[in-house]
Amino acid sequence: MQHTIILSLSLAAFWLANSGHNTALMLSLGAISITIVVYIAHRMDVVDHEAQPLHLTLKIPGYYAWLIKEIIVANLLVVKHIWLGNKSISPGFTTVTASQKTDIGKVIYANSITLTPGTVTVNLQGDQFMVHALLRESIKNLESGEMDRRVTQLEN
Amino acid sequence: MLIAATIAILVVMIMATVRAIIGPTLYDRVLAVNMFGTKTVLLISLLGFVMGRPEFLDIAIVYALINFISVIGILRYSENFIVKPTEQQKK
Amino acid sequence: MDTLIQVSSALFLLVGSFLCISGGVGILRFPDLFTRMHAVGVTETLATTMILIGLIIHNPDFMVDIKLIIILLMSFFISPTASHALASAAMRNDRLWESNEKPDSKQVKSSNP
Repeated sequence: MQHTIILSLSLAAFWLANSGHNTALMLSLGAISITIVVYIAHRMDVVDHEAQPLHLTLKIPGYYAWLIKEIIVANLLVVKHIWLGNKSISPGFTTVTASQKTDIGKVIYANSITLTPGTVTVNLQGDQFMVHALLRESIKNLESGEMDRRVTQLEN
Repeated sequence: MLIAATIAILVVMIMATVRAIIGPTLYDRVLAVNMFGTKTVLLISLLGFVMGRPEFLDIAIVYALINFISVIGILRYSENFIVKPTEQQKK
Repeated sequence: MDTLIQVSSALFLLVGSFLCISGGVGILRFPDLFTRMHAVGVTETLATTMILIGLIIHNPDFMVDIKLIIILLMSFFISPTASHALASAAMRNDRLWESNEKPDSKQVKSSNP
C-alpha cells in the first residue's frame, strides 16, 4: 500500500513536470493515465521494495555525492589516457568479490562500477563480479574496497 | 557558445559513424550506434536552445528512451547467432 | 550578474564539448571493444552532465530546467544498463565461439558480410 502511494505520487510529479498545462480537462486526463499505469504495474507485480527502495531514501544522497566525486576523478584519468595513446593503457579482466547480502545492494554496486568510466562489470555470478578495467590503477582502486564498503553500509 | 558546442557534438557523431562503418565486429557497431544515439539527444536539446524553441526537449526525452530500447532489441536479436569475436579476446 | 551567468554557462559547455571530443577520439583510437566502451563511458557521464548543466545555467525558465534534469537522470540510469548489456552479450558470444570453433559448424556467421 505504501509503495502504491509513493508510485502514484512520483508518477503525478513526473506528469506535472512534463505537461505544464493546468486546465481541468488536462488534469483529469492525467489522473486517468496515472490510474491505468498503477493498475498495469500491479498486474506486472513490480510494486514492491525492489522497484521503490524506500528504505534507502535517507542514505542515498550521501552515497551519490561520493559517487559523483569518484566519477569526475575517473573521467579525468580516462581522458588523460585517451590523449596519451595506446601505449599508456593496461587493459585487463579481474574478479571482484561483493560483500552485499541483498540483490538490490549487488545491483547498486555493479551499476556504480559500470557508471565509473574505466571499469565495466561484464558478468555477475553469485557474489563474484567479472570486471574489465582500462588501467591497472583502476583495478587497484577497486580492490581497496572503498566502494564495496560504502554500498554495504547503504543497505543496513 | 551554443553553436560551438553543437558543432563539437556533430564532429563526435561523425567519429561514431566512422567507427560504425569500420568497426570489426557487430558489437563495435552496436556501441557506436548507441553513442550516436546519446549524442543525438544532446544535439536535439542544444538545437532547441539555438533555435529558441525549448519544446524540442520533449523530443529529446522520447529519443533517449527509443535509443535504449533499440540497443537492447539488437542485443537480444544477436543472441540467435554467433559472430566472429575480436582478436584481443581470443588471446 | 548577467555576464557571470553567460560566462559560466559558456565554460561548462566548453568543458563538455572537450570531453565529448576526447571520447570520440578514444572510440577511434583504442584497440578493442572493451577499451572503446570506457571511451564511450566518458561521453555518457561527465560530458553529458557538463553540457546539460551549461544549458540549465543558460536558461532561467523553471519548467524547461526540470526537463533538462529529467534527461540528465535518464542518461545516468540508461547508460550503465546499456553498457552492461553490450559487455555481457559480447562475452557470451566469445564463449560460444570458443566452444563451437570447428570447421563444420554451419550456423557460424561472420559480422563482415
